[in-house]
Amino acid sequence: MDQPLLRLSAALPLLLASIAAPAHAQDARVIDGGKLLLTNGVATIEGTSGGGLATWATIAGRETDRGIGLSGHVTLIELPDYGWQSHGFAVGIANRLELSYARQNFDTRDVGTALGLGKGYTLNQDVFGAKVRLIGDTVYGDPLLPQISVGVEHKRNRDTPVALAVGAAHGKGTDVTLSATKLFLSHSVLVNATARLTKANQAGLLGFGTAGSDDHSLQFEGSVAYQLSRRAVVGAEYRTKPDNLAIAREDDWWDLSAAYALTNNLTVTAAYVDLGSIATFDKQRGGFLSAQLAF
Amino acid sequence: MFLFAAALLLQPAVEAPTDWDKEFGVEEKVRDPVTGELPVDPYVQDNRNAGAAPFSGTAMADAFGGQAGIRRVANRTVELSEADPRIAAIFVSHDMVRLKRTLFEQFCYILNAGCDYSGRDMAASHRDMGVRMRDMNALVENLQAAMREENIAFAAQNRFLSKLAPMSTDVIER
Repeated sequence: MDQPLLRLSAALPLLLASIAAPAHAQDARVIDGGKLLLTNGVATIEGTSGGGLATWATIAGRETDRGIGLSGHVTLIELPDYGWQSHGFAVGIANRLELSYARQNFDTRDVGTALGLGKGYTLNQDVFGAKVRLIGDTVYGDPLLPQISVGVEHKRNRDTPVALAVGAAHGKGTDVTLSATKLFLSHSVLVNATARLTKANQAGLLGFGTAGSDDHSLQFEGSVAYQLSRRAVVGAEYRTKPDNLAIAREDDWWDLSAAYALTNNLTVTAAYVDLGSIATFDKQRGGFLSAQLAF
Repeated sequence: MFLFAAALLLQPAVEAPTDWDKEFGVEEKVRDPVTGELPVDPYVQDNRNAGAAPFSGTAMADAFGGQAGIRRVANRTVELSEADPRIAAIFVSHDMVRLKRTLFEQFCYILNAGCDYSGRDMAASHRDMGVRMRDMNALVENLQAAMREENIAFAAQNRFLSKLAPMSTDVIER
């Protein structure tokens, strides 16, 4: 075998290797953290990604289409007669599938005494969520095609006897959501619209349905947000709710919020929320504070 | 290491070095003495290759500081990306002189600052680069950094990005 051929045979694997390895950048880590800032939304009170009160079509975590993202949050809401604390986590897979869990703890404080539950009785609920992005992208692609996702939220009230005592039919329920979210870059405005099928009374903390009205009803969640900078956004949300229970009126919810990405991973959201009447105690307006850590 | 050294010693001492470019039929590309760019295969030049309709009026061009400002943004975006470990590999072996020029022209054309775009369309210019969404996001972040350095108002930055974002379908490979 003459020398040039020998060298050619040595060079061939190198050549093949250079052809086989496409010119894309270094292979991403599984937790790639490549999503554009804030486009993972912030955790909702139900643990899904969204705007705080409203679930969006966004997928939690900072992963892109080939990675896995992780997100954790803690949320506090301070109301005139109640205190809300929730926390949870979410996993985003390939910016396609979101799996989430949230634990909600609703402190009834003095209302607990009035309702005969005992002072500071806390209503608890677990929410298990799954959301799939069907089509579109919040930022990219056709500017008129939003990111559209469908989700389910399975809610398990941990105080079912209380829920049944106030007239609810069930202690468990499942919401179905269909969301469309788009960032209209030309106006720096993000718009979200969500349709929710639900039986939940006060998001499920007072159970699901009633003996007389045990069907899912169609509710709406809308969010509008304005991007001030890469890291800062202000917004408003409105969320309609069923009004099933005979003993207490239930109102729609709305909020005015501001979110700031302190780092690429830590986002803080503060809001003024109006949760209306809850268990006969009206005008539950107060402050919402949430911290989200996402990778 | 020793074997490697021995192999070197065993080679005939007086062999003319092989011209591998010739062996593989690789034609050497020579940079244009005037523009400093490497030659490219012929294509039809058309402003539509820019991939977006330009803004009307001069507001956007003004917001970017005219052609001088746009050139700084385009050059800086390329420089940041070449130095960005997330996407630097994509630019290796690409003609950065040409990229800076065509990117400037594309930005200038879209911002209606008085340029024609002479580059290829987005699908052709990104073919076989294996660009993924995370790469595109990294490039967007570098462009945002370049625009921030020029103190371009955020709303104007986003307005410009609104012209570029729909190009993702031609840039990102699945």
